Amino acid sequence: MAHAHNHAFAHEGGHDGHHDLEELRKFGFWIFLITDLILFSTLFATYLVIHENTAGGPDAKEIFELPGVIVETFILLTSSFTSGLAVLAMNAGSQKGLVGWLIVTILLGASFVGMEVTEFLKLIHEGHTIHSSAFLSGFFTLVGTHGLHVSLGICWITALIIQLSRYGITEVTQRKVHITSIYWHFLDAVWIFVFTVVYLMGVM
Amino acid sequence: MFYMMEDIGSFVSWFFVTGDPLIYGADVAITLTSVAIIFVLTFFGKWGWLYREWLTTVDHKRVGIMYIIAALLMLFRGGVDALMMRTQLAFPNMEFLAPEHYNEVFTTHGVIMILFMAMPLMFGLFNIAVPLQLGARDVAFPFLNSLSFWLFFMGAMLFNMSFVIGGSPNAGWLSYPPLSEMTGSPGVGEDFYIWGIQISGIGSLMTGINFIVTIVKMRAPGMTWSRVPIFTWSVLSSCIAIIVAFPVLTVTLALLFLDRYLGAHFFTMDGGGNSMMFVNLIWMWGHPEVYIVVLPAFGIFSEVVAAFSKKRLFGYGSMVFAMLSISIMAYFTWLHHFFTMGSGANVNLFFAISTMIIAIPTGVKIFNWLFTMFRGRISFTTPMLWTIAFIPCFIVGGMTGVMLSVAPADFQFHNSYFLIAHFHQVLIGGVAFGYFAGLYYWWPKMFGFKLNETIGKWAFWIWNIGFYVCFFPQYIVGLDGMTRRLSSYSWDTGWWAMNFTSTIGGFLMGIGFLFQVWQIAHSIKFMEKDTTGDPWGARTLEWSIPSPAPLYNFATTPLVTDRDDWWEEKERIAAGKMPKDKPRLEPIHMPKNSPIPFIQSVCWFIVGFGLVFHWLWIAIPGFIGIALTLLAHSFNYDTDYYIPVDEIRQTEANAGRSV
Repeated sequence: MAHAHNHAFAHEGGHDGHHDLEELRKFGFWIFLITDLILFSTLFATYLVIHENTAGGPDAKEIFELPGVIVETFILLTSSFTSGLAVLAMNAGSQKGLVGWLIVTILLGASFVGMEVTEFLKLIHEGHTIHSSAFLSGFFTLVGTHGLHVSLGICWITALIIQLSRYGITEVTQRKVHITSIYWHFLDAVWIFVFTVVYLMGVM
Repeated sequence: MFYMMEDIGSFVSWFFVTGDPLIYGADVAITLTSVAIIFVLTFFGKWGWLYREWLTTVDHKRVGIMYIIAALLMLFRGGVDALMMRTQLAFPNMEFLAPEHYNEVFTTHGVIMILFMAMPLMFGLFNIAVPLQLGARDVAFPFLNSLSFWLFFMGAMLFNMSFVIGGSPNAGWLSYPPLSEMTGSPGVGEDFYIWGIQISGIGSLMTGINFIVTIVKMRAPGMTWSRVPIFTWSVLSSCIAIIVAFPVLTVTLALLFLDRYLGAHFFTMDGGGNSMMFVNLIWMWGHPEVYIVVLPAFGIFSEVVAAFSKKRLFGYGSMVFAMLSISIMAYFTWLHHFFTMGSGANVNLFFAISTMIIAIPTGVKIFNWLFTMFRGRISFTTPMLWTIAFIPCFIVGGMTGVMLSVAPADFQFHNSYFLIAHFHQVLIGGVAFGYFAGLYYWWPKMFGFKLNETIGKWAFWIWNIGFYVCFFPQYIVGLDGMTRRLSSYSWDTGWWAMNFTSTIGGFLMGIGFLFQVWQIAHSIKFMEKDTTGDPWGARTLEWSIPSPAPLYNFATTPLVTDRDDWWEEKERIAAGKMPKDKPRLEPIHMPKNSPIPFIQSVCWFIVGFGLVFHWLWIAIPGFIGIALTLLAHSFNYDTDYYIPVDEIRQTEANAGRSV
């Protein structure tokens, strides 16, 4: 199978007359990431425009609890590191190491999402909902969109682990691991901005 | 029991749009058409054919044809909307459309013409021409391409459904809040708007990614950037604009939906919302959007003008530079749509100047087209006629655009019929004329037969006369003070004569469209087959292969040595030189068909429908369906096959080619 993919579109041409379908897909994914980046930029811009419009409700200082967010941040940063270790294990040809580090990555990702959901539920319980003010609408939407991305990433990597156990490390699964890893690092980078713009600037 | 019947009765009268004879007529027409389609498919035993050849296809040529058919149907619907409006405005105090109905009609007219007519027609032409111009077997991601089409199709169907179920949106084609919020539009129309556009918008975004990768990575060997056909360049610049603009639209519509569904306060009047933020966001997509649709039209004009002047395009480099600079500058002009917002003199100044600057590259192109024709051997075929008609039309449209860009003057023109005339002039004169030219130009390549030129010329002249009769009076009536979206006016305004003239022009364009339908029907009946593969004597690679193109496009990958490579090859052969050597035939690697794009798009339709009515019990199964189809595709490793050499040889021989 891997062999077939290697020859995929081999006769399409290109500068060297040889095309690698997997490279094509990676390139496509980078372009997708540009669009995702613009999606987040739009949400950030929206948040920055309305984050002071609290409509008589609480502002960022009153509701954010930094210690929990810092823990979340470290968990996500660590998961980015472990997803890097997974790629290194793959490059070294160790399927065990690859799958092991991917599992660690999704467990860390799941605890990040768990903490975020807990934070959201606590806010909602205290009566601070998406409905309360423009500030909270922007907050829940921006942070929630990031959380949704992480959750999708978890499902995606889980599906990938099953495929790895079925097919082993092939050209196709290699490309998939690379792409999920790029995606995961990207979400990490976005979180740095969420942490800075929403939380740090919020409590300062 | 009686109460239950009454409940059902009131539900039905709420769920279905009732009370308007026009809509009852539409209900009957829709039912009859559906029954007719089902009957024909069953009677001729065509369900399997429909499934195998079309619903599951990943072939870019078929996807392109489906886009074009859908776009022409939408052109009909959008056109009927337009004629209904023109009928209502033909006389003062008309009572043809009630004001609420008029609001719905101008909203759906705008949305359909831009998003469900111009966009798919453009994507159809991308699909038909780009891989063939590049010498490629297909687009980079054929599966994704099919998914893009079906998402567009389901989005369009969802939007059109609002006509008979639930009620159409009526807050204008860009749906400004607070009118489009729950407070202003409590019905489901706006939700149809949001989900119809959202679902097809995801498809557009993926098409943008797909074609960028195709153009960057899949050019035939030897096709350096300075040898890329100009239409393909225009597609690249349009796709760059797509990937930057469409995520903004996705977010904007999502935020509006959160306002409506969860009671968020992004654009509301209370709770700290900011409705002008919506206007900014939507135009950050909306302004690039008009360049997204017009840039490929520029590409088509450039191909057509070179092919029918029998000359190399004048100023290729400046053309490429102009298109790329337009696709970038398109992001710095959005605020000129609302100078009257009151952002202050300095902000208005910036956007006024950026708007004037963006007219410069467009002017450069006009000169390039004129110089290409200069001393050329021009043949006045239908694609060329539309191109020649475009030039003066677009110059006037562009000049009135520069008038609108003068911020202080815009306070007078804003939202008047002057503006309406301006943007119809650039969108019909630029985009529609361009896509017609492209459709006529590539038609033989798509279907293997030419369209009748005589009827096409009738259609051309009726369309063009109709166009000027329709829109020039609108400039005048706009300067006389008539504002847009006005459903009725009185005799003492003095607007009757201009409006009546405009209505005559509108109907002339409608007749022009009927001529085009006749042209297609006539050409199918008296089929004038294209056996050469190059009926126009054109210049680029798509004309080097048989018409219609075989499944695999090129039996052997072309080796490109020139810009206008096919033209140069023909010149070499005419000069008695040897044609280029062709590589030996090898098995061709092809993607397998898949039902997943269609199924997944149906799931999106279900999700959209559920969310429109806020019925989670419908939306959640739809989401589960999407997740399952995504997984099914991810776990499918059997996605490709090879066409053996014998089969290629046979296909080429049938098309009269030796390999």
